Order: sequence, then C-alpha cells, then structure tokens
Amino acid sequence: MSKSNYNLVCGMEVHAELKTNSKMFCGCKNDPFGAQKPNIYTCPVCLGMPGGIPVANKQAIEWTIKLGLALNCKINLFSKFDRKNYFYPDLPKAYQISQYDIPFCYDGVIETSYGPIRITRIHLEEDTGKLLHKKIKGEDVSLIDFNRSSVPLIEIVTEPDIKSPEQAKEYGKALRDIIRYLGIGDCDMEQGGMRLEANISIRKEGESELPNYKTEVKNINSFRFVEQAIKYEMERQEEILEEGKTPKQETRGWDSDKSVTFSQRTKEDAEDYRYFPDPDLPPIRFTKEQIEQIRDELPELPVVLVSRWEKQYNVEPRFSELLFSSQDEAKWIEDIFIMSEREGIKVNKIANTMVNKKIDFKYSDKPSDLVAKYKSANATDDISDEEFISVIKKVLENNSDAVARYKDGQTQLVNFFFGQTMKTLGKKVDAGYLKKLLQKELEK
Amino acid sequence: MSNKITIQQVQHIANLANIPVDDSEAERLAQGFEETLETIEDLKAVNTEGVEPTHQVTGMENVLREDIVDKSRTFTQEEALANAKQTHQGFFVVPRIIKK
Amino acid sequence: MLNTLTLKQALDKLEKKEITLQDINSDVKSAIEKLNKDLNVYLTLNEQKITDQETTAPLAGLPIAVKDNYCTRDLRTTASSTVLDNFIPQYDSTVITKLKKAGGHIVGKTNLDAWAHGSSTETSQYGRTLNPRNTDHLPGGSSGGSAAAVAADLCLASLGTETAGSIRQPSSWCGVVGLKPTYGRCSRYGVVAMASSTDSPGPITKTVEDSAIILNYIAGHDKYDGTTSNQEVPDFTQFLDQDIKGMKIGVVYTDIEGLEEIKELFIEQVKIFEKLGATVEFVKAMDPHHAIGVYTIIQRGEVSSNLGRFDGIRYGNDRSFFGHEAKNRIMLGTYTLSKGYADQYYNTAQKVRTLFIEDYQKLFQDYDVLISPTSPGYAKKVGVSESSAMFGELEDMLLEPSSIAGLPGISVPCYRDPKTNLYLGMNIVAPMFREDLVIKVGDAFEKNTKWNTWRNK
Repeated sequence: MSKSNYNLVCGMEVHAELKTNSKMFCGCKNDPFGAQKPNIYTCPVCLGMPGGIPVANKQAIEWTIKLGLALNCKINLFSKFDRKNYFYPDLPKAYQISQYDIPFCYDGVIETSYGPIRITRIHLEEDTGKLLHKKIKGEDVSLIDFNRSSVPLIEIVTEPDIKSPEQAKEYGKALRDIIRYLGIGDCDMEQGGMRLEANISIRKEGESELPNYKTEVKNINSFRFVEQAIKYEMERQEEILEEGKTPKQETRGWDSDKSVTFSQRTKEDAEDYRYFPDPDLPPIRFTKEQIEQIRDELPELPVVLVSRWEKQYNVEPRFSELLFSSQDEAKWIEDIFIMSEREGIKVNKIANTMVNKKIDFKYSDKPSDLVAKYKSANATDDISDEEFISVIKKVLENNSDAVARYKDGQTQLVNFFFGQTMKTLGKKVDAGYLKKLLQKELEK
Repeated sequence: MSNKITIQQVQHIANLANIPVDDSEAERLAQGFEETLETIEDLKAVNTEGVEPTHQVTGMENVLREDIVDKSRTFTQEEALANAKQTHQGFFVVPRIIKK
Repeated sequence: MLNTLTLKQALDKLEKKEITLQDINSDVKSAIEKLNKDLNVYLTLNEQKITDQETTAPLAGLPIAVKDNYCTRDLRTTASSTVLDNFIPQYDSTVITKLKKAGGHIVGKTNLDAWAHGSSTETSQYGRTLNPRNTDHLPGGSSGGSAAAVAADLCLASLGTETAGSIRQPSSWCGVVGLKPTYGRCSRYGVVAMASSTDSPGPITKTVEDSAIILNYIAGHDKYDGTTSNQEVPDFTQFLDQDIKGMKIGVVYTDIEGLEEIKELFIEQVKIFEKLGATVEFVKAMDPHHAIGVYTIIQRGEVSSNLGRFDGIRYGNDRSFFGHEAKNRIMLGTYTLSKGYADQYYNTAQKVRTLFIEDYQKLFQDYDVLISPTSPGYAKKVGVSESSAMFGELEDMLLEPSSIAGLPGISVPCYRDPKTNLYLGMNIVAPMFREDLVIKVGDAFEKNTKWNTWRNK
C-alpha cells in the first residue's frame, strides 16, 4: 500500500467482564460461559421479574477503582448508577443499569510503544442476556439465555489518540494483560469476556482538528481483527474522502470471513436512552483514604515489574514479559530469580531457557525444585571465563593450521574448534556462551 | 412554548416506549399529554435557583452487598421459564430480530 | 358475624378460645360469596390451605387481603392488568414473606387501579370496585380493593401500597384506617414497581391498633431492597392509648381552594385535639399544587422505565395489552425523560421536591405532627375518573407533598355523612420514621370520636 496522506484518528471502547463470584446486582452465580444449561443462574432481579430490585456488588466496584488507579485515572469520590433505557429482547428490564455522567474513573493514561493513550473514562455496568439465532419448525427465531444477564461489565473508553492499527492492537493487549494481572477478569475474547469497538476516522496529514464524522466498528473479537478492521476502514474512508464526500456517521460490523466492515445502523437518529439516576440504588461515596488504601493494595504492575527485574537481575524484558500473566505467577518467577542468583546461575539464562521451553515447568512447582532441575541440566556456570579461555587457547594452539584455514575462509571449522573445546572441558557447557568466547578468540 | 402535541410526536414517543398505538389512540393520547403538560408548566413558576435535586429521600449511600453467591433466590430452569409463552430446550423464544 | 371483628378482637377471642379460626373463615367466606360479585373486591381467591406454621404464629392464620401488585408465590398476580392475566409468580415479595412468617393468611388478591396508577380503581382492566359504604360511589385508589375489603368486612385487615395517596385516599373514601409508612420502612422487593422513589407498602385496617399490629410484622430492613432503612422497628402498639397532652399540632391546607364542601366539617373535628390537651394551630405550608407537577413528572418518568420489562417474552402478555391509562403514563413518562426534556422537567421536579422536604423540616421544628383533610371531598360517583387525564393527581394533591418527601402518614375516618353514608378522612403526617407519632395521634382521635365503625358497634 502506497503511503497515505491521511492519518488515523481512532478511539476504542472496550468491555470486559469482571470475574466476581456473583452477578452485579444480585446473588446469582457469575458463570455464563461455564453454565451447563441455559437460564439456570437467574432470579427475579436479573430476569427482570415484577418487583425485582438491584443491590450493587461491592467487589465489582472496588475492582473498577483498582483498574482506574492502575491506568492512572482520577477517581470520582461521589458516584452513582443510572438507567439506560432501551428495548431489546436480551435486556430483561428494558433498561441497563450503567453510569452516565459520573463514572467511577476518568482522565487516565496508558503508555504504549507508540506513545500514550488517554483514558477518557472507566465505568461499571451490567451485561445483557445472550441471543442465539435458530430456525425452529421452519421459522426464524431467536433463543434467549439470561445466565449472562447482569454479569458485571467494565467499560473503558479512550480519547481518539490511537494513531495506527498496530497501536490499537497493542493497546488491546496491554489492557487485557493489566486486567488479567490485577486478577479481576479473564478477558477471554472467544468467551465474550472482552469485546472491542473502535471509533475510526481519518484526517489529512497536517490537520489537527477532529474530523466531523466517525464510524463505529463493533463486534471485533480478536486483536488481529482490530488491526485488520482499522486498516480496512482507513482505506475505505480515504476512497470516499478523495471523492470529495464525507463518510457516513454510522455503526459497522466486522465480517471476519470476507475481511470487510459492513454497514449496520446509521447514527443520524441517535439513540435516546433517557438516562436518569436509578432510584433503587443509593449513590456511592468514597473517602480519599479509602481510595488511597485501594491504591496501596495495588500490586506492582507488569511494566514496572519488568523494568525492575531488568535493573535488579539483568534479565531482558522480552523474556520477563512472557513469563507471567498473573500476580501469583510473577511472585513465583521472582522467587526463581532470587534463588538462581543465590546459586550463581545467570538469571537471564534461566529466563531464556524457560521462555524457549527448554525446561518443563508448572507454576505449582517448588521454585527450589525447578532451580535444581535447571542446574543439573545446565551445569555450566561453575566454569569461569579464565578456564574457558585457557582451554580455547590451548585448542587453537594445538590446531594452528586449522586456525589458518579458518582465517582463510573455511569458517565452518569453528564447529571443529567447538567440539575440541567441549571434549577438553569434559563438562556440560553453555554452548551459546562458549561459541561467543570462541569467536572472540578467533578474531584476535 | 406551545403545548400542542402532534400525532407524529406521539408516534415517535410510542416507538421509544415500544407501545403499539394506532392513530385514533394517538389523538386521544395527544390530548391527554397537553392536559398533563399544562399542569407541569406550573412548576416553572417555582424558584429553584441554587437548589439541589433530591433523587433519594432516604439520604442513604453505599448500600452494597458482599460478592457471595446467594442460591436462595436463584430459580431452577423450570421456575425461570414457568410463565413464558414460548420456550425451547431451556431457552426463551422470540421471533427473529435483526441484529442490533 | 365474626368477619366484622377487628384483627385485635379476633386475636383476643382466639387466644381465649371463645372462637376458632374455622368460625372466622367461614363467616369471611360467606361474606365474600354474598358481596364480592357486586363489589368486585377480589380478583383472585387463595385456594392454598392454611398451614400449621401460620396458625401457630402471632397472627394465627387470620384472613388478610393483599393488593394484587404484591407478588405472591404460586398465587396469580395481575396488578389489575391483562398484561399479567396469566402470571403466577415463583417468588414472594419480602412483605408477604414477613406476613406469612407472622401467621397472616392471604385470603385473596384485591383489585386496584391497573399498575397502581390512579385514585379510583376504575382503571382496573378487571372492572371497577364499588364503595361498600355506598355502591353508587367509588372506593378511591389505587388500593381501592383493599380499602373496600376492609370496609365490607371481607377480611380482617389488608395490605396496600402508596406512591402518592394510594393507601390514604381510598381509606378516606371507604371510611377505614390507612397507614403509609416512611419510605424505606417496608421493603418494596416483589411489589410491582410504580414510582420507585416513593412506593411504600403499608396496612389498611379497621382501626389504628390493627395498623400498628400489621406494621410491626411487615416493617424492617431488607437486604434485597437497598432503599430500606436500618432504623430499628419499635413495637408500634406501645404508642396506642397515649396521652397527647402538650403535643403541638399544625393544621395545613385548610386555605386551599376546592375544599369548601368539607372545610368546616373538618375544622370542627380538629377541636377534639384541644380538648385532649394538645395545642392546635393553623399554619401555612408550601402550596401543594406544586406537588402535583413534581409527582406527575417523577412518577411518570419512573413508571415509564419500570413498565419497560413487560414485553410478554419471559412472562405475561405483550405490550398491546396495556390499558389506555397505562399507555398514557408510559408515554408521558417517556416524553419527560426524553432528550432535551429531562433537564426541563425531571431535574426541575427533583429540585422542587427538595423544597418540599425543606418546608416540612421547617414546620416540624414547631409542630409534632401536621394534619389536613385526606381528600378534598367525599368518594366520587362511579364513572367520574374518565373525565380528566389528571384526575388522580388532582385528587391526591393534599397527600402528594408528604409522599414525595417520603414521610409517614395515616388517614383516619373523621366524619360520616348520614345522608350518603360516605366518609371524610383526616391525614396525620410526621417526620421520617416517626410512625409512633401518627399512630399516637390517630389512635387518640379514633378513641375519642365516634367515626370508627368498629369502635362503635
């Protein structure tokens, strides 16, 4: 694709299910994906029966604050829930309890390798039931399962700071990693535990004003598709703009088979949700101290952790990042690192070995067992550099004409020198390290 | 502000409210709306400057529940479906709708 | 006939073994067979047997009528609308659970204005209820069925709900006692929601004493309703037979236009309090006309949202079954909440509500209770509610301020017209959670005047 004169202006809205034990506004079990049958985790509240009244799940609220703090947001000390009124068969009360003008968190920021993305707001709401489309006795019908109704859902909205499809993908992944790391959600996209939406427009190079239109792309259920969908939209919109027209303000879906976006609903007749504060739910008020306590209880975030490990243990971030996805796993990994150092093992090496699966391990193993396993499989570190070099020198001295042929161009002889050195040493060595030293000597 | 409500406005509201309304009903409703609105207009005469709205007379805050599964109110599948006109293998059934 | 006993009288006689539960129920049953067809009080009679748990509990299995907007397990609940014509709840309201635990046995579900919208019971989709005192007249509403059930001795006590007048106004029209507790005193869980921010379940009974007994059992914090209070529930019967000497009583609304028919009669009745040693002063309160607008907007907005769930998919019939009145309220509520109108109407209404709350707070600094006529007049003739879309709100004007402020209030009969046999009611209002005061003053009035049917047998 030739370089475009247009730049992407994109914001994302992400919904993530929280993995609380019970639902957001009632005590029904929160396990829609694991339920063996439809409609077995419902009650008068989440099924929208007459007289059903919501009572809010404290844990879900605390976890929302946690995420907000992890994303550097400000917290609204006073907040409330509002009713978002609309009709759809998967919404049993004909309103979704959500937050309108006073979300729990706002004004945050997340760093990506392409630059920071500002978080506009994070709010808490309830999920809807699930619809399945089927044909029964020749008729087109929709089947509804309310196991998912009223599961807590967190919504994270960004400013239109996303500048590339790649950045969007990185953002989605980073968000997922943080949510998982905090232990508040599984973000399994195939299970619908995380859902992505992108608001996409483009503007000419050099322009700084926000475009006067935007397209909302919904139902993107993988990070790869987000990237593809944004790329596709950028091209589609550019074509329209080049014709002197403005792309329609609308909602589009992503067709992953055809790899295209398609029109779903125009936004001209914008929805009127008739928001008003839910009279069944008294408002929520935090003290500054309570927020600080939640902040104190935040774990060291992955980004900070990886950076600290680099300084403290000389382990490369590209290994660290792949070694854990939860706080428990991170703690276990650090135990491995601490123990390795004590045993004189180079942390970066063991990290490398683990990442490349050259050693089997489970997070339930005893750290000391793993370190011992590694030692016996890689008993290399008790060879000092001096010993290596003296052996290498001897080998090269004893094979001076081979060295001359090597220097003449027969570089494959390095393997011969390598084998000789190994034989002489008679110990298990770190092959890669040895090769490095050998090369150095050969260059002298 | 004129209080005259048109049939179209009534139909628009009927759509929002998901209530089927035919034209003669719409006419009757329009009249009822106007009467009601006249009564409400009187509120504008009250000085509410600097007054905070009361959404909750109780003044209560932070009424929250612990994250525990409470089986005592959870319906069995039979109970959940007991009053539905149409069900199929444990699901509620509606005629097919267009994806939203 | 034992169905004409008060709840307390029946409990006493049962304890003394002067009568049996069978005797009482048999008389109630005969009365129902005789009168229900014409009065149309009960929509559904309870076929479930009286249990041992009920007979051994404090209320001894005695027959209680329940307004048909309380969900009752395995017993048809319609809210007087054909949308719920076939609805059999699989759960009980909290208040019903408490009633059953206390031994109250549901005799049947009573008629109401459909969805509790109204002040006449004429908007029921199952036909109107007639006023037992004079069947050319209406019983009031929305708890008209429950009030009529009490007035006609078709039960020993009943349950109603009030959003703005729906307990007190029909009680006034039927010449019985209606107690609207403080908002948050009784749980709304399981009651078909009307205006969530003012709905209050409460008793309608033959005497103030009976209402105190029922309130004891149905009041209290409910973990399933986040708007219920943690306030301790006292034994309300301890506030009966109290001396009201030294109490400060404020009389409000007697200067309101439209009360000409009853003003003098009412003021005459107020004198009894002075005889009993209380001080009585006429005082100006915030104009209740403003409450009409506030109530209308808030209630209709909340109603339009609360009735959204009735779509016929999970239960009941579809939305084409809504009656005209319900459609009107839903539509108007949708309109007031709509984009561009929410700020103009809904938020303004909530602000005026604050003004009423503050006005009451000011008044209660000088007075223990405030009294007024419950209704601007006697029970109206059958057919009158169709005259205006605002009929209900105008009728309830004198009650709406205390409802929107969440205050407790009781209506006690305070006059009977010998020509028509129709009644007037006196509304007694106190600060939040001070049901003790309304019971104390109401009981004193009842025992020192001759208007209560059951104290004058």
